[in-house]
Amino acid sequence: MMPGTFRSISTRLATRVSQPALKSLLAAALFLCAAPMLHAQDWFHLETSTGADRIRIAVADFKPQSADPNTATCKRAFDTTLFADLNVAGIFDMVSKSQLPQVTPGVPAEMNLQQWAAPPATAAMVAFGNLSVQSGRIIVNGFLDDAKNTQFPQIFAKQYSEEASEDQARQIAHRFADEIIARLGGGITGIAETKIYYVKQTGENKEIWEMDYDGANQHAITHLGATSISPRVSPDNSRIAFSSLSRDGFQIRMYSLLLNRIVNFPTAPGANISPAWAPSGSQLAFSSSRSGRAEIWVSDPDGHVAHKITSFGRDASPTWNPKTGSQIAWISGRTGLPQLYVMDSDGSGVQRMTDGGYASSPSWSPNGQFLAFAWDRKYGPGAPGGQDIYIMEIATKRWIQLTHDIGRCDFPSWSPDGRHLVFSNNPDGHADHWRIMSMLADGTQKRALTGSGTDMPNWSWK
Amino acid sequence: MTNHFKAWKFALLSMAASLALAGCHHNKPINTTGLGIDNAPAAMGPAPTATLTADPLAIDLGQSVVLNWRTTNATSVVIDGIGPVPVNGTQTVSPANSTNFHLLARGDGGSVEANIRVTVRVPTVPTTTAEETSTTADMGSEQVFHQNVQDIFFDYDSSDLRPDAQTNALAAARYLASHPAIRVLIGGFCDDRGSAEYNITLGENRANAARQALISAGVAPGRLRVVSYGKERQFCTEETESCWQQNRRAQFNIDK
Repeated sequence: MMPGTFRSISTRLATRVSQPALKSLLAAALFLCAAPMLHAQDWFHLETSTGADRIRIAVADFKPQSADPNTATCKRAFDTTLFADLNVAGIFDMVSKSQLPQVTPGVPAEMNLQQWAAPPATAAMVAFGNLSVQSGRIIVNGFLDDAKNTQFPQIFAKQYSEEASEDQARQIAHRFADEIIARLGGGITGIAETKIYYVKQTGENKEIWEMDYDGANQHAITHLGATSISPRVSPDNSRIAFSSLSRDGFQIRMYSLLLNRIVNFPTAPGANISPAWAPSGSQLAFSSSRSGRAEIWVSDPDGHVAHKITSFGRDASPTWNPKTGSQIAWISGRTGLPQLYVMDSDGSGVQRMTDGGYASSPSWSPNGQFLAFAWDRKYGPGAPGGQDIYIMEIATKRWIQLTHDIGRCDFPSWSPDGRHLVFSNNPDGHADHWRIMSMLADGTQKRALTGSGTDMPNWSWK
Repeated sequence: MTNHFKAWKFALLSMAASLALAGCHHNKPINTTGLGIDNAPAAMGPAPTATLTADPLAIDLGQSVVLNWRTTNATSVVIDGIGPVPVNGTQTVSPANSTNFHLLARGDGGSVEANIRVTVRVPTVPTTTAEETSTTADMGSEQVFHQNVQDIFFDYDSSDLRPDAQTNALAAARYLASHPAIRVLIGGFCDDRGSAEYNITLGENRANAARQALISAGVAPGRLRVVSYGKERQFCTEETESCWQQNRRAQFNIDK
């Protein structure tokens, strides 16, 4: 049944991935598997046999329709963001900007679809529209046409209006991109409007920061002047739980994104770290040594009615099954080096998932089927290999390595559509050089989102 | 008399004040008219003699001392702070401060005095003035602290105490026993390999192992506080084994 196992991983994760460039990477991943192997050819065959090739989409530069001096700036931000969003989504075959027809249709009346359906563009879909800035407001009209449906080409038309700024132009592009993905993605919801929370090193301190999913709009959330780590945003995007070093050691802190301030969370003896939200938002799991050893505890979101669900010590980094809310994966050093475990959220049914090495920082996929985590499979002084990002199918414990030879990787976090991962990467081993990268969940399309001094990314739930 | 008694009883803060009062009484002129029925001229009869001893001469606060006096040719004997006493006798007293006991014996042939000083060793009184003057003495200096209470280093991914750590702990406990005012903050640290979150639990285990070693060596648990810093504070930032070793430690500091 090995082929079946991998088919399920590949079809769910790598849907529509057919770039030949993948071949070597995926083959390498397979050869590194400890489990009985498949032929790389089977894997690649599965990619193309799903029958759903990437949709070839052309994105026209939007037509400026105002003389306002801000128009050009907003248009540039909009065009760049829209193209990037659709490109990163991983479901489109993007028509290169150099292959587009030399026209700029601003409204459906100006659109000649034959031009766009013909080579070299050969587009199946065309996104286009116009943008204007009038009395301090930016107005965008966006259209999506099916180039092969000559009679009724229009799939949708949308108008957006916001205060005129470069940032708002980017946000409108995100919303338009998510709309296109919602129509063409076959059930995939766009992630262009999601946020990523992370740790930013500022001198001696670490503060919690927020950015758009594409790395734009980076800004500080907390100003505590302390070492704050492990931000985890609540499922409704209203609060961020994190852990902050105080005189009494690490304590869980809670920041309200609605009130824009810290809200109360009780302190407890020992180290209190790595909070994790249940998908309902009504429970928080975290590691606490208040009873002597580091165990996983579960409380309500205000830190009350805390109860312990593990009892062997050295337990940290819980993550809930976001699909069911009834299971927790976490890291435990109960048998030596830290390993990945899964249990029911009441502490029963403990199951060890990794068979050695040094595992850390699990994140549970939105569909409940996979765990992404960091793993150094040959951990130890002088051991070969390094710390890379892996995903494991929980039902079978089969895994795939997603990062190779790019330095240490840690803290994977799933995008809400379950098709992307954000993670931290240290390209050169220098402790101050951690940065945040994103990739598709099959390991392709890696790109850096931030510069040095950033770590521990956490992708919002929506 | 009454004044002196109060001072003896209540002047806990200042030994000097007590001494000053005692000195005052010592110089008080004898009021012969106040002796009542025994109003004989001073020159009549042999002169009295008196001895006053205390055993032991020095005590800790709360302990007692036996005063012993012997007189000859005396008709009345008074000890300041105690009052009229038999001409010969003993009395157990428990002074709160170092005290000069002053005995005055009167007889037909005149009067004579005897003095004895009892030293009381009083622990540092926790008042602001006392603390300011005694802080450096009781807490020792940071430098001496770190010489005697040395950080404990650990093996890779381990919180087990090595033999050299056991030696360090014993030396640390000795120093802490002689400086009971010191409270200790034990910080747990890890090298920068491995997970940031998991390393906080490892640092906690290291600090707790060091704490346990001090407790086993006789340090009161209430004097020890543990904070794990994980890998968030690095002593050394190079990617070498000697550097990593520097970072895998339980660090002792005076908890202020």
